[in-house]
Amino acid sequence: MPGAVLRRTGPAYLVDKTDTVSPRLAAVGAGVVLDGISLSFGGIRALTDVSLDVAPGEIRAVIGPNGAGKSSLINVLSGLYQASAGRVRFGGRVFSAVPPQELAALGVARTFQNLALFPGLSVADNIAAGLSFRRLSGIWGNVFSLPLARQERAAHQDQVREVADRLHLTADLDRLVATLPYGLQKRVELARALVAAPRLLLLDEPMAGMTATEKAEMAGFVRAARDRSGLSVILIEHDIGVVMGLSDHVAVLDHGVKIADGTPDQVRRDPEVIRAYLGAA
Amino acid sequence: MTFVADNPLATPLTRHLPLAAGLLLAFVAVPAFASDYVIEAILLPFLALSLAGLGLNLLTGYTGQVSLGSAAFMAVGAFAAFNLEHRIDWLPLPVSILLAGLTAAAVGLVFGLPSLRLRGFYLAVSTLAAQFFVQWALTKFGWFSNYSASGIISAPSLHVFGISLDGTAGRYLFALSTTALITLFVHRLVISPIGANLIAVRDNETAARVIGVPVLRTKLAVFALSSAIIGIAGAIWAFAYLRTVEPAGFNLDRSFQILFIVIIGGLATVRGAFLGAALIVIFPLLLSRFTGLAFDGVADAGVLKLIERIFFGAVIIAFLIAEPNGLSAILSRITRRFTR
Ligand SMILES: Nc1ncnc2c1ncn2[C@@H]1O[C@H](COP(=O)(O)OP(=O)(O)OP(=O)(O)O)[C@@H](O)[C@H]1O
Ligand SMILES: [Mg+2]
Repeated sequence: MPGAVLRRTGPAYLVDKTDTVSPRLAAVGAGVVLDGISLSFGGIRALTDVSLDVAPGEIRAVIGPNGAGKSSLINVLSGLYQASAGRVRFGGRVFSAVPPQELAALGVARTFQNLALFPGLSVADNIAAGLSFRRLSGIWGNVFSLPLARQERAAHQDQVREVADRLHLTADLDRLVATLPYGLQKRVELARALVAAPRLLLLDEPMAGMTATEKAEMAGFVRAARDRSGLSVILIEHDIGVVMGLSDHVAVLDHGVKIADGTPDQVRRDPEVIRAYLGAA
Repeated sequence: MTFVADNPLATPLTRHLPLAAGLLLAFVAVPAFASDYVIEAILLPFLALSLAGLGLNLLTGYTGQVSLGSAAFMAVGAFAAFNLEHRIDWLPLPVSILLAGLTAAAVGLVFGLPSLRLRGFYLAVSTLAAQFFVQWALTKFGWFSNYSASGIISAPSLHVFGISLDGTAGRYLFALSTTALITLFVHRLVISPIGANLIAVRDNETAARVIGVPVLRTKLAVFALSSAIIGIAGAIWAFAYLRTVEPAGFNLDRSFQILFIVIIGGLATVRGAFLGAALIVIFPLLLSRFTGLAFDGVADAGVLKLIERIFFGAVIIAFLIAEPNGLSAILSRITRRFTR
């Protein structure tokens, strides 16, 4: 089982919840709180009164059967869906509707269940797109290569190189992203999300469709990103082995309702989870 | 962004040699040696349509916003330039052209607003509003055409720094310089990070918005810029090519023609607009020569025109099926074969 490859390395203070979070981490990553989120599409209740509290530096898995509402949860968090009730808190700010165009500036980055890259751009430009919200130079500055635009371009290139180096994408930077194999494209999407050093990372099935080796690699990248900057991660994943090995806590959704939330061991033993999800699998 | 070191054999000299040769040819050899017919019937419409195609390619090819209003923005540019030249005597021609571009940009901005809510087919239909509104306004309000009885006005005489550009070569150089400068501008834009933003908006608008690409600002800026370029193309069309300014020439047919230029030439390429425009201008001329020879005396002029149109349409359809990426992709394949 992949759990053997993916040992859990979450910091101890996150496993027992008696808040001994180091002041540095508390300052860097501010975590996220979901409070009573409900969402419905016509008659379908995609989410019902879901609350979730993700600490700075925590990797929180969200699991559940198909159609349980996992993606909907991330879409509410990133402002693509608007909750009919409930609030979201990022750091110090509370939203009843998250503005998607401000997400990056709020320090939140995400990947999509179905690849959402820009096929017409190179790997480097795809990753650099994750920095465009910081760009101050405009059309004129860039066309005439004015000093500000030049500085920004150089700085962004450095950041792209740095994240590409961490995710082993350096050799592919100049390739058109559409020409990469699927597993690498998933990795480019992770790089695009990480390049601006977010404080909260939302990953919607980042390892779906990958081989076991690719999954292990990807899990390593996610863990390394967390260890490096203390960001919080919400991870949707179907592979239970990966989930148990990577996450500090696991929340379980079923028919839009959160039926369990705890450490991987607690969740694994929860009878309701076994009935709703693990047993069925 | 490029990270891998360039091919050492492709020094700046060899890389820019074809471009330099082309510019030398266009700026020196053509005015010296080309016949008036070639310039008047081929090169002038080619330059104006290339420029319009370039403007539309920014909007449609790079940013993915389909527009059927190009001719309207050409009309705005042409009439704005006419009125500026006519009403403000001392305004130098380049300034009038620039202000005409700005006027078209302002109108383009207004008609670009629906793009913030509409996509694809619905947006294309909404740009038809620009097409019909502008033509209506230019015909309805006599002020725009200086109350000319026929609505057709002759273009003002062209001069820059006291040098008259009214001759064939002068008008050609005026059109060529304007087109060359704007092409350089567009080239620098699309290779910059701003150009990457355009493609991001085109390829996945939702993802672009969520990762912080300023989608709305980008769309509006491109609508304005594209309309400005198309407007300047309209001014060149009227001033340098037709020598008259009239609303009728800027109809929906023209809008479609410019869209075809972009699609046939190659979406999201700078040279695509030029290749597409060359085909659109030269092909009908060749075709009419051919039908003239083949059907001489057999059919009347109206029928000939019809045959040409049908044949032209068929060629375009066949072409799009065979090479959806346009002439630019074919050219890439040819040059790759020769440089290997
Ligand atoms: N845009 C939408 N319009 C209508 N219904 C939707 C929409 N998005 C999600 N739903 C519905 O909401 C419910 C939850 O869907 P969601 O995509 O969140 O599930 P999921 O847990 O991510 O499933 P999967 O594991 O298959 O990705 C489903 O019944 C789905 O059909
Ligand atoms: Mg999902």
